[in-house]
Amino acid sequence: MASGEIQTSDYQQRRWQNIRKLLERSGPFCHPDFEPSAEILDFIMNSCKVLVVGAGGLGCELLKDLALMGFKKIHIVDMDTIELSNLNRQFLFRKNDIGSSKAKCAVEFVNKRIPGCEAVAHHCAIQDLDDGFYRQFHIVVCGLDSIVARRWLNGMLMSLLQYNDDRSLDQSSVIPLVDGGTEGFKGNARVILPGMSACIECTLDLYPPQKTFPLCTIANTPRLPEHCIEYVKVLQWAKENPWGETTQLDGDDPQHVAWVLEKAQERALKHGIANVTYRLTQGVLKNIIPAVASTNAAIAAACATEVFKLASSCCINMNNYMVLNMADGVYSYTFPAERRLDCVACSNTTRVMEIEADATLQMIYDKLCEDQAFLMKSPGITTVINGRNKTLYMSSIKSIEERTRDNLKKKITELGLYNGCDILVADITTPNTITIKLKFAENLDVDMAR
Amino acid sequence: MASPSPKSPEQSEKNKQYDRQLRLWGDHGQAALESGHICLINATALGTEVLKSIVLPGVGSITIVDDNIVSDEDVGCNFFLECSSKGLNRGSEALRLILELNPAVQGHAVQEPPDQILEQNPDFFKSFSVVIATVLSEKTIQELAQHLWDINVPFILCRSVGFLGSFRIQIKEHTIIETHPDNEQPDLRLDVPFQALSDYLNSFNIDDMDLKDHGHIPWIVILYKAVQKWQINNPNSWPMSRKEKNEIKNLIQEFIRKDENGIPINEENFEEAIRAVNTSLVPTFLPVKIQEFLYSSAATNLTKESPSFWIMCSALRSFVEAEGKGKLPVRGVLPDMTASTEHYVTLQNIYRTQAAMDAEIVYRKVQEIVSQLHCDTISENEVKLFCRHAHDLYLLKGSNIVTEYQLGTPVASYIARHLEEPDVMMVHYIMLRAAEMFRSEHCRAPGDWEPEADITKLKSCVSKLLSDISCSPFPKDDHIHEMCRYGGAEIHTVSAFLGGCVAHEAIKLVTKQYKPVNNTFIYDGASTNTATFTF
Ligand SMILES: [Zn+2]
Repeated sequence: MASGEIQTSDYQQRRWQNIRKLLERSGPFCHPDFEPSAEILDFIMNSCKVLVVGAGGLGCELLKDLALMGFKKIHIVDMDTIELSNLNRQFLFRKNDIGSSKAKCAVEFVNKRIPGCEAVAHHCAIQDLDDGFYRQFHIVVCGLDSIVARRWLNGMLMSLLQYNDDRSLDQSSVIPLVDGGTEGFKGNARVILPGMSACIECTLDLYPPQKTFPLCTIANTPRLPEHCIEYVKVLQWAKENPWGETTQLDGDDPQHVAWVLEKAQERALKHGIANVTYRLTQGVLKNIIPAVASTNAAIAAACATEVFKLASSCCINMNNYMVLNMADGVYSYTFPAERRLDCVACSNTTRVMEIEADATLQMIYDKLCEDQAFLMKSPGITTVINGRNKTLYMSSIKSIEERTRDNLKKKITELGLYNGCDILVADITTPNTITIKLKFAENLDVDMAR
Repeated sequence: MASPSPKSPEQSEKNKQYDRQLRLWGDHGQAALESGHICLINATALGTEVLKSIVLPGVGSITIVDDNIVSDEDVGCNFFLECSSKGLNRGSEALRLILELNPAVQGHAVQEPPDQILEQNPDFFKSFSVVIATVLSEKTIQELAQHLWDINVPFILCRSVGFLGSFRIQIKEHTIIETHPDNEQPDLRLDVPFQALSDYLNSFNIDDMDLKDHGHIPWIVILYKAVQKWQINNPNSWPMSRKEKNEIKNLIQEFIRKDENGIPINEENFEEAIRAVNTSLVPTFLPVKIQEFLYSSAATNLTKESPSFWIMCSALRSFVEAEGKGKLPVRGVLPDMTASTEHYVTLQNIYRTQAAMDAEIVYRKVQEIVSQLHCDTISENEVKLFCRHAHDLYLLKGSNIVTEYQLGTPVASYIARHLEEPDVMMVHYIMLRAAEMFRSEHCRAPGDWEPEADITKLKSCVSKLLSDISCSPFPKDDHIHEMCRYGGAEIHTVSAFLGGCVAHEAIKLVTKQYKPVNNTFIYDGASTNTATFTF
């Protein structure tokens, strides 16, 4: 009925009145390309597809924020299920939801609360979805707590880039990535235009180095309560196998945590170390990052504002990395993170690795793990010799690891590698195999004199 | 096989639910939050976003004061209203949906306009830990601010218009024991070692130790030995200058053992000692700001009503003047360092024991004061915590929001100085104030219907404000134009950002941990800029 339709459209006009003022009016600080019109809201509502990665502390907020900024075609992916410890900040979940899929639960809630929202849930790992899936989105916004997953996603979006014949970037292949992260009272939000501005791999040095305890300290000279817990986790569990050989230590199993706590307390008592508590034990076992609702809300909102700017061009995006510290007052700082021209993920060039001619494969492996430009976790290294693929080392598959382990000790020249040859590297931090060109340093002295 | 059944304590349901935040403010912070009562005036999107991040972590109770009826625009930008809420009281609807977030939180809705409550039942506000308000008229802001100032209830006034937002914290006095500084200066007392410490440090003879022990000497000992050696040629002095510190580094370098070829062996503890020279040789002294607390009138003129913070300051002063010999109690925290278990644990216990002894003395003094004043007792744990953080005590002395509206000399010249800089964030503050003035004069937001038509009117509000602070008018109308473009729109993500921040600050006030914003925060979502001003 016509009058009903008019009523609905009137209602829609009023309902989105706030956003329409931004989209249908021009202002002196708008993006130079911005032309106010009612079509922008139509695009946001009916065409613009946004992918939210993660349905945790940031993901719940992002989903709500985007839905209230007019976005309807939102997809959200998360492989996790809801736990009790999520409920202090992941506000779309209730106690009854514990054990259910985060993505599904979040979508159900938001679609119900905000009529017209058509969010879609994917209860799976980001690695289970292929390039065809990711290519359908206009914008991806990411609220993950795992650096490895974030790097993988970054690599996926970078791999979708297309280049024209003159090696220039095909703009239509660019899917902007908005990324947020929090830790306690601190957080960051950033906008990445793949191939145009700094990506996650360009700025790996912005992540704090992982805190690890040397094995000899844990085993021989413990000082801190953490050392005692690590000892039980790393050495004593494997030795005693309290639940049988097949049972791995599970930081979510209260029985396991209690066992570790008891043994760690015994060890602490023996050495006169104080303060081994349940909370600390669980924190060390699960590598728990403190989290609170307020920081997540602020960072997610900053990200969602940037998604809105990208979709509407109503003003210029942040350039390009904001840090937020809410521990001492509330302080933010935005700076342009710089691209690495030889970035393995976002540059259209082959990365060169300098290495001594008499180096062993182990040295290449270590460089891939430790060099700030790579920071890989368990790289698998292959090469092509005389047109044939040859696996040099791979740790992910046990039989191959055993077969290739000896190669690590061999000199790279013995393995058929030469100055200027390519090695192909695969790792969990990237969805794609990365090609690296070896460049032999003349000799050690030259390198040291430099 | 039978499962082992360790009898260690399992965590309570509540501890599990709040685990991630308990790691930030502890069980005592949580207890403080759970006894907090937050009042929100006006359940706008900003208001409900604030409550969301206070209810989730488990505040004791909330009260929403709102006499508005839910509109379509409200539903469009506020997650805690639903389509069926339209036409109903906004506060009650928002309360119902917010309380779903956490069954442990109590809630009330009051369907009265705030100015009416102020007039008829001003005692209503007495019981709140913090009052948070949005979208108030200039008149109500001033009346409410003055009243809350008089009854000493913290107040956070917040605004969200277009891409702009702000919040202003009004609190008379706020004392913090646990500020959680990022980098805590270690309290090692190497220049004035207490007896147990100097006995221990002197028991080492670095040259006689075998190589394995040598690599496990804590760097504190190494530093102490180096300074002792340095003092042979520099009697009665302490290395302060860069040159002197370099001399210490060289002495440490000489301690490092050499292999048979005369090449220094890699000893991590000595490397750590060299790195510690610049930061850890700071002489022990009473920080000036702490001295100010100890001798402020709040700590010297105690009454029965004095807060425990000032009673503890008074006891601390007496400790510093007597047993402490001019120094604060030993903190009792040893930084992590390469060392054998035995050395590290022994050293740690030496510091801990001294800290406990010092805190014990302060506690006895607190008890004396408490019994003299006949006031509420202060627990030993509270005193211990106070002594542990005595180096980082923090006092915030706030100002009344009304002074911003009276625009007397200090506030006016403060604003003028920032405008002349020119600081665009202060321009945003003026625009938010001007929009508020416009609302008082025209009973609607600038640009509500037609942006262009209101530019002149808003400009006259801006001029009024600028002339009150003796500033020349803005050279361009662009910020005025932009405010008219916003037309009073509340943008959800802008409110959500501010809501997170305001909730965060309210939690800091209630838990009395971490330093809050002092006292005004401005956010521009368009340029992703933030600023803090102190009015
Ligand atoms: Zn890159």
